[in-house]
Amino acid sequence: MRMNRRTALLGAATMGLAGGARRVRAASKYSPGVTDTEIKIGQTMPYSGNASAYGVAGRTQAAFFRMINDQGGINGRKINFISLDDGYSPPKTVELTRQLVERDQVLLMFYSLGTQTNTAIHKYMNQKKVPQLFVATGASKWGNPKAFPWTMGWSPDYHTEGAIHARAILSALPDAKIGILRQNDDMGNDYLDGIKEGLGPDGWKRVVADVTYEVTDPTVDSQILQIRNAGATAFLNVTTPKFAAQAIKKAAEIGWKPKHHLMSVSASVGAVLRPAGFENAQGIVTAQYVKDVSDPGWADAPDYKTWKSFMDTWNPTINPFEGSSVTGYASAITLVHVLKQCGDELTRENVMKQAASMHQLEIPMLLPGIKLNTSPTDFYPIQSVRLARFETDHWVLFGELQSRDVA
Amino acid sequence: MDFFVQQIAAGLTSGAIYACVALGLVMIYVSTDHINFAQGEMAMFATYLAWAMIDAGLPYWVAFGLTVAIAFGGGLFIQRVVLKPLENAPVLALVVCFIALLSIFNALAGMIWSYTIKQFPSPFPARDIFGNGLVSVQQLGVVAVTLIMLGALTVFFRYTTLGLAMRAAAQNATSARLMGVRVSWMLALGWGLAAAIGAIAGMLVAPIVFLDPNMMTGILVYGFAGALVGGIGNPMGAVAGGFIVGVLENLVGSYVIGNELKLTFALIVVIGVLLLKPAGIFGRVIVKRV
Amino acid sequence: MAAIVNGWAMKKGFGLVAIIFWIVLALLPMVGLITEDPSFEYYMFMGQSMLIYAIAVLGLNLLIGFNGQISLGHSAFFALGAYTAAILMTFGGWPFWATLPVAGAVCFGAGFLFGFPALKLEGHYLALATFTLAIAVPQLLKYKPIAPWTGGVGGVLLDKPEPPEWLGLSVDQYLYYLCLIVAILMFWLVFNLLRSRSGLAMMAIRDHAMAAGTMGVDTALYKTVTFGISAGITGVAGGLSAITIAYVAPDSFTLQLAISFLVGLVVGGLASLPGCLIGGAFIVLVQNSAQSISDWMKTTFALRYDVPAWAIYGVLLLLLMYVMPTGVMGGITALRQKISGRRTTRVNAPSSTVVRPGKTAGETTPAA
Repeated sequence: MRMNRRTALLGAATMGLAGGARRVRAASKYSPGVTDTEIKIGQTMPYSGNASAYGVAGRTQAAFFRMINDQGGINGRKINFISLDDGYSPPKTVELTRQLVERDQVLLMFYSLGTQTNTAIHKYMNQKKVPQLFVATGASKWGNPKAFPWTMGWSPDYHTEGAIHARAILSALPDAKIGILRQNDDMGNDYLDGIKEGLGPDGWKRVVADVTYEVTDPTVDSQILQIRNAGATAFLNVTTPKFAAQAIKKAAEIGWKPKHHLMSVSASVGAVLRPAGFENAQGIVTAQYVKDVSDPGWADAPDYKTWKSFMDTWNPTINPFEGSSVTGYASAITLVHVLKQCGDELTRENVMKQAASMHQLEIPMLLPGIKLNTSPTDFYPIQSVRLARFETDHWVLFGELQSRDVA
Repeated sequence: MDFFVQQIAAGLTSGAIYACVALGLVMIYVSTDHINFAQGEMAMFATYLAWAMIDAGLPYWVAFGLTVAIAFGGGLFIQRVVLKPLENAPVLALVVCFIALLSIFNALAGMIWSYTIKQFPSPFPARDIFGNGLVSVQQLGVVAVTLIMLGALTVFFRYTTLGLAMRAAAQNATSARLMGVRVSWMLALGWGLAAAIGAIAGMLVAPIVFLDPNMMTGILVYGFAGALVGGIGNPMGAVAGGFIVGVLENLVGSYVIGNELKLTFALIVVIGVLLLKPAGIFGRVIVKRV
Repeated sequence: MAAIVNGWAMKKGFGLVAIIFWIVLALLPMVGLITEDPSFEYYMFMGQSMLIYAIAVLGLNLLIGFNGQISLGHSAFFALGAYTAAILMTFGGWPFWATLPVAGAVCFGAGFLFGFPALKLEGHYLALATFTLAIAVPQLLKYKPIAPWTGGVGGVLLDKPEPPEWLGLSVDQYLYYLCLIVAILMFWLVFNLLRSRSGLAMMAIRDHAMAAGTMGVDTALYKTVTFGISAGITGVAGGLSAITIAYVAPDSFTLQLAISFLVGLVVGGLASLPGCLIGGAFIVLVQNSAQSISDWMKTTFALRYDVPAWAIYGVLLLLLMYVMPTGVMGGITALRQKISGRRTTRVNAPSSTVVRPGKTAGETTPAA
């Protein structure tokens, strides 16, 4: 609260001093990337290659920042958002990040995508003391303020979600025989770690099939058959959208109806369930933390309407059903909040400090009840999800808020 | 036993997909001596065109026919306009060209239609043949269409004048020209046919794997493997090779080495076959003249 | 006789240019001491990347440009070199410079072994086999049983080496010099190899394998050894990249990388040593500029869509192929010939009637 008032006063004072654009404002402190009129923000995203579907987040954020600039910017400063294509290749990420940090002198890196790609620059960012803020990956290793004080994640991590699913299966079906289908990459591995934790050593014995696939595989039909053949009565579907849809369709085709748990990365009604066939998806359970925009249930919510009008006006070329556009939007709002909280003290240290001081922060498009919390020892902003079950043509939330606390 | 049969059935389905793609590859190879690395992306792009037409309201078969025609024309166009000027360039310049085409088609598809997967309708009803989830009409349909295309191509190459002319142009351009064959148009025709086959393959495959810009990347590898295994100069061989690769991939993945080494297995198959029987199982060995 | 003398003269001419070039490269880091530009370290890093890719392209050039084989799978050897270096540094505690010869040796062995089946594969078959190799490698790197060494999906994080105090260099300058020294070594090695009898044998195989065989050249041995050396050089480049990026992961070594090498090679110019350096620079610079062009197009033409960078990249490649199919160096040579009025052929260049791989001897495909 104090920060806001001080910022407001400073802002008013600055406005009063018309035409002083070039002068450094009184009581302002800047890190590289900030001037009186501009904040430079860097990002690397896969706009090409296998992971290009996630590039939607970057484009949505670019559009969002354009809108913010149009509305006057943050405390009078416009955002200069530089998002570069790393094609999901770690060496490229290193090169582009160094370019953004050393040549373009950005204030911070925001929402760079990918586990391997972020791993490649993890040490570098912390050595250079540049915020690696709100990394776009669900890996659980980003919340480690002791060793890496400049890195912070944003979305609930895969590990947490995996554990929640595992526990939910065990409580609903204590004698389940569990089958897992997962992508052979960090995401899959992280979910697996969470599932193992959630099941515990006894629960793990109930796993009858742990089957992987590659992104280059044309179908996962063979894998589904393997899992069914192992006798699984519960199914953990840890896949990306295309393969999730294939898995759901194939399971229905062979008449296999396990207790089906789908990970949040592939739970979009429009992007996954409709192609797979609603009739095949009845009863599937997922964990969510943002509102599914292809779900008609949210059409009357005020934050949905704001989001929709933003998309229509500023981001019309992006298919609104892409889940990444919502997470991109929500994370961008989070960043704007943090930057606003910095006021005129736009130093890298202060950015991290503000990011680590979010308390019960509500962000539009997050599910009701889910709030952001951080502290100097807790670098996991969102740690809650809610379970939902698919009925007819939309997700129905059920149960309590599921969380995982980190000390 | 049931599981085994199911894996074979699933393998035949993937195999049919690979066989389709392999046919297109063979087409281009037989008529132009090139390996078209952009074959998958061209097929994917054509499938998106069909999807756009269907989405706009056209009936399935109209869209199907139009797409095949557009693909044919597109293939012709690419050969005449894009590739012909490079006829005298080193072979590798052509490879770079194919890769450039690959990038362009892939990126354009992503730009125009986004990366969200799309449903592509199938002309076959979603029913079971035997009622036990073993084989669906869709799967049989893919196999059937592949075999029909194969039959048509074999007849074309072996029994029609035009087919003969194409084969002549590919094997010995000078002699063919002396016989009155318009060699450069044969090359263009080859490309047109290959593009059309690719479009059909894409439209068959999309209902199963869902349509997205990266749909064909993985399939292309197995398609190549299938074409090599069966004999890349031979349409029938390529189709057989596609099926073999599909079934083997599934069986080996399920019983022997697990799913994590399937690509390595494909590699070993490719190299193994090429070492033991380089012309493929059905190909003819070409002895070098000195 | 005249041709040989001309070739020697041209080589001598190139030799002088080459020496000056390398000296300039060696002096570049000194600029940093003068300018105090904060992004200088970044430019040093870019220099490292360009040199690394130039070495990788050199390896590929030896195989394709000078020996007439083909490979779309050199990303596999690059990966092998990188992981060898990473594993030796992490588990063996080896100093970084000692890992490079081992990386080269291991990749030589792997390339040599791969050369055997490659003997039976010509042109497109070999292209396909290596293509499949490139695609299979990332999955292989993730394989669980070897994950304790390879780091599996997550890869292996490394520490960048610290320069010794007395040198007074920054880490990036130090690594730049490392890359430069290795690059000079590699180029010198290949240069001498090509001028030796073995080099002539290699090129003879490229130009007319049948005739070379009848002249007594052991084609099989030369081809496999060339594959090995080619892989070894690219493997050394891989080891360097492990050191400079300080991270190896399966997704760094995809088919995309193998294609980049090939593109760099063709753009720089087949069978041209300077071309490798151009190719290396191209790989690093062009992908970035494709994105800038895309942004520029969006703002200038007020486009509704973001023109994807790779579409522009593809079009750029096509244009380059039309304007300069023999690569930049080929274009430069043609220009020089036009200016000087002489029509000499480069001694190292492939013969003008390029025998297409896979076709029988004496049967080229003329323009239709």
